[in-house]
Amino acid sequence: MTSIGHEVWMAVVTCFAAIFTQNILLTTFLGMCPFTSVSREVKTAAGLGAAVVFVMTCTTVLNWLAYQYVLIPLGLEFFRFILFIIIIAAFVQLVEMIIDRYSPTLYQALGIFLPLITVNCAILGASLFMVIRGYSLIVTVGYGFGSGVGWLLAILAMAGIRQKFNEAKVPKGLQGPGITLIIAGLMALAFVGFTGVLS
Amino acid sequence: MGILATVLIVSGIAAGLALLLVTAERYIGDYGPCKININGKREIVVKGGKPLLSALREEKIFIPSACGGRGTCGVCKVKVLSGAGATLPTETPFMTQQELANNIRLSCQVKVRNDLSIEIPEHLFNVREFITRCIRIEELTYDMRRFRFELKDPPTIDYIPGQYMQLLCPRYKGSSEEVYRAYSIASDPKEKNIVDLIIRRVPNGICTTWCFDFLKEGDSVQMNGPYGEFCLSKTDAPMVFVAGGSGIAPFVSLLHTMKNQGIGRKTVFFFGGNTVRDLCLADEMKAFEAALPNFTFVPVVARPQDGDGWQGETGLVTEAVKRRYTDLSGHEGYLCGSPGMIDAAAKVFTSLGMPDDKIYYDKFA
Repeated sequence: MTSIGHEVWMAVVTCFAAIFTQNILLTTFLGMCPFTSVSREVKTAAGLGAAVVFVMTCTTVLNWLAYQYVLIPLGLEFFRFILFIIIIAAFVQLVEMIIDRYSPTLYQALGIFLPLITVNCAILGASLFMVIRGYSLIVTVGYGFGSGVGWLLAILAMAGIRQKFNEAKVPKGLQGPGITLIIAGLMALAFVGFTGVLS
Repeated sequence: MGILATVLIVSGIAAGLALLLVTAERYIGDYGPCKININGKREIVVKGGKPLLSALREEKIFIPSACGGRGTCGVCKVKVLSGAGATLPTETPFMTQQELANNIRLSCQVKVRNDLSIEIPEHLFNVREFITRCIRIEELTYDMRRFRFELKDPPTIDYIPGQYMQLLCPRYKGSSEEVYRAYSIASDPKEKNIVDLIIRRVPNGICTTWCFDFLKEGDSVQMNGPYGEFCLSKTDAPMVFVAGGSGIAPFVSLLHTMKNQGIGRKTVFFFGGNTVRDLCLADEMKAFEAALPNFTFVPVVARPQDGDGWQGETGLVTEAVKRRYTDLSGHEGYLCGSPGMIDAAAKVFTSLGMPDDKIYYDKFA
């Protein structure tokens, strides 16, 4: 297998791993804030999730480039936390401006979620993991996309479950975030079942 | 050396990204001129890209808004006939099904992206921007003050007693943005060059902090108005007023009008405070009682202290209403105060048989 072919294969494997076995939300519990607050309805959860997929894919790539070609040559690796978050914020702002201008329909569906995403720690988390795990650019694309899809999947499942919960009698003390966290824990256990599927 | 270089590089990167955003805002955020057609009669041209509320404000058309365009009060409703796209999730919580069907929108959330066609109540065209001078500041209680403003430009105002003004709180040390806040007019409508506002200090409130700690007698202050549909009905039905705190303000104006016009309707005014030191304007209310034979002022203290020597009504203001009345079916209710107090008082009115459409209030969020 050529090295490019191998890279692509690795990217696919990393992507699936990020969706299932190492789901960023259910294994590291990053991005919990929007996960608990915007998971009341499947429709809004899908909008937010789609925005996360898009932003995560793009920002991991941008941050990879910034890390490899700016921070490493300058010897400023320790500065990555701040640089990454600045890049994420600027990128989200820019994207919001562009879709607000050119696609009102897309803005309706995604735009209002974009400001929420700037402060979603799963986005920053994905960029930091990519550095720690030493991914190449191609693998990073797979990883960023996979992490986003994994997050989307988790919030969709949660929203589906919570919609069913509208008719259930939840004990008063557990209503809202309480029951949501318990469900998230159970979902995380279920996702552990995927361990070993991909190696 | 290393530290200096790092700081320079870091600032350089941040500045570069900021520059990118500013440039993008300049070119992408430029929607060009947009036409807004109002009530099919008037057409204005504004620069696109701004919320409808502020675009109209720049054209001297003032839509009432209690929160100043943050999308939290739901007051700045406007009917948008075309050009605004679908209703945003930030608007739906403030809308009834009927309003959604009628294309009512929150003007602070609607962005002017293209030509719009809107409908607004004609009386909003009467709203003006006033330059005033604060000529007197008077302590009413430990946390409430009455501010008297003399109108400079334009020099007089016509308002319906019960209406409110929006005060512009400028930038000051501690607040980096201009905000508008709504306060009921508490002056005698006969004095056309005067606007009194009664303001209660809100801990850490942007505008009240400015009014209490920065505004001085002699300062120039900007405000716009009048707004609101809270006013005396044209019937002869007996009335029940309920207010708490600075909610007393519109009633002062209403009582002046009753006195000026010789309106002798039977009126009982319940004014609630937590302790005796929350009560105010006792002398003025006494004067109204003397001038209006059918008017009774009932101060209610929730928690009188031992040393106060308080002889009057105690408990919640709603309890005092219930003690005095068993049947309010022929009465009209007028409310001003916090949303919580209004809801509680409206509930009591309803339970005593007052029809919903006879309960009048402006809720400030």
